[in-house]
Amino acid sequence: MNVFEFTGLVGFGSLLAGLLGSLTGLGGGVVLVPLLTIFFKVDIRYAIGASLVSVIATSSGSAAAYVKEGFSNIRIGMFLEIATTIGAVCGAFLAAKVSTSAIAIIFGLVLLYSAYLSRKPRSASDRNVPPDALATRLRMNGSFPDAGGLRHYNVQRVPAGFGLMFGAGALSGLLGIGSGAVKVLAMDHAMKIPFKVSTTTSNFMIGVTAAASAGLYLKRGYIDPGLAMPVMLGVLAGSLWGTRILVKAETKWLRLIFSVVIAVLGVQMLVKGVFGTI
Amino acid sequence: MSSPKWTDEKVEIIIGNLLGAGVLISALVVFCGGVIFLTYHGNSYANYRVFRGEPESLRSIPAIFRYALQLHGGGIIQLGLLLLIATPVARVVFSIFGFAAERDRMYVVFTLIVLLILLFSLFGSSLIA
Repeated sequence: MNVFEFTGLVGFGSLLAGLLGSLTGLGGGVVLVPLLTIFFKVDIRYAIGASLVSVIATSSGSAAAYVKEGFSNIRIGMFLEIATTIGAVCGAFLAAKVSTSAIAIIFGLVLLYSAYLSRKPRSASDRNVPPDALATRLRMNGSFPDAGGLRHYNVQRVPAGFGLMFGAGALSGLLGIGSGAVKVLAMDHAMKIPFKVSTTTSNFMIGVTAAASAGLYLKRGYIDPGLAMPVMLGVLAGSLWGTRILVKAETKWLRLIFSVVIAVLGVQMLVKGVFGTI
Repeated sequence: MSSPKWTDEKVEIIIGNLLGAGVLISALVVFCGGVIFLTYHGNSYANYRVFRGEPESLRSIPAIFRYALQLHGGGIIQLGLLLLIATPVARVVFSIFGFAAERDRMYVVFTLIVLLILLFSLFGSSLIA
């Protein structure tokens, strides 16, 4: 394959990944690395570098749209970014120390977990939790526009959320993904933040988290311009296109299909990691 | 007359527009670099199977600037990617001013910590990498 054909095909695949990722809300980054390593035979380190760059693009590119909805909480986001950025630096540091097989195995497990999580029902949006002393001191409690006017919410278990966020950052730095699934888990399950607020705040945090490991990746020579170019442009175009048609599309079936794709890719990454064929 | 007040909402809207503009500019730079890159390398063989690591000219920030100024396609793409990485960093810097204008000293400190970690990764990571 010459560079011209390779760029075109990778660009098209990335466009599709970005489109599906934004339509289903599952993120495109998580399928990019398996796509590049399994179908395009790209070394996993180059794939992770290109994926990480595209994660920054989609997170920052869709932020403007999210902000207008008025759901994200910048105080929660900024406080937890302390944990995710430290985690991301640790993860990127670890990426050079562990074998590519180990990375593939961890990647496979994260894919399977993401697929499982996407099938679970969302937690109720009208739960009422009492204010927590630490969260109140950190001024995290907030409100967001809802069907019946402004809805107030309280935040719980800040230390548990902070710890999970360190893990999300480490996975992001190790695998070059946004790890939106773990971020939402930390905010939705541990800290009891309403779903709408946790998804938009998570999107806000993903770009900063990825930027924290990007410097290390660049310095180590993981970011190849010839590969990152079609991946970044493709994913960005796909995800922006996705947010445009999101309102009209019926996403229930799409979500099911996409989560099956994620699970299949997860098994393939696991097998490749275990047999050392990555 | 009331003076314009800084609110979370206002800060967030400015941040959102800042991020959008940053991504758009970097995508344009990457695209231009891509056109030059494909003009010169379009017909060569694509091989990413073996990891070699990028050459020094595509790794460090000063080297990327030099390479891009010589109008090398790869250098211009890397420059666009650097702009992309800088976008969330600019967002964090702006948040510091936003929190300061709201007189929220605690969050100014939190945001400074995040900024220090980001700057360490971009400029000081050769100490651990």
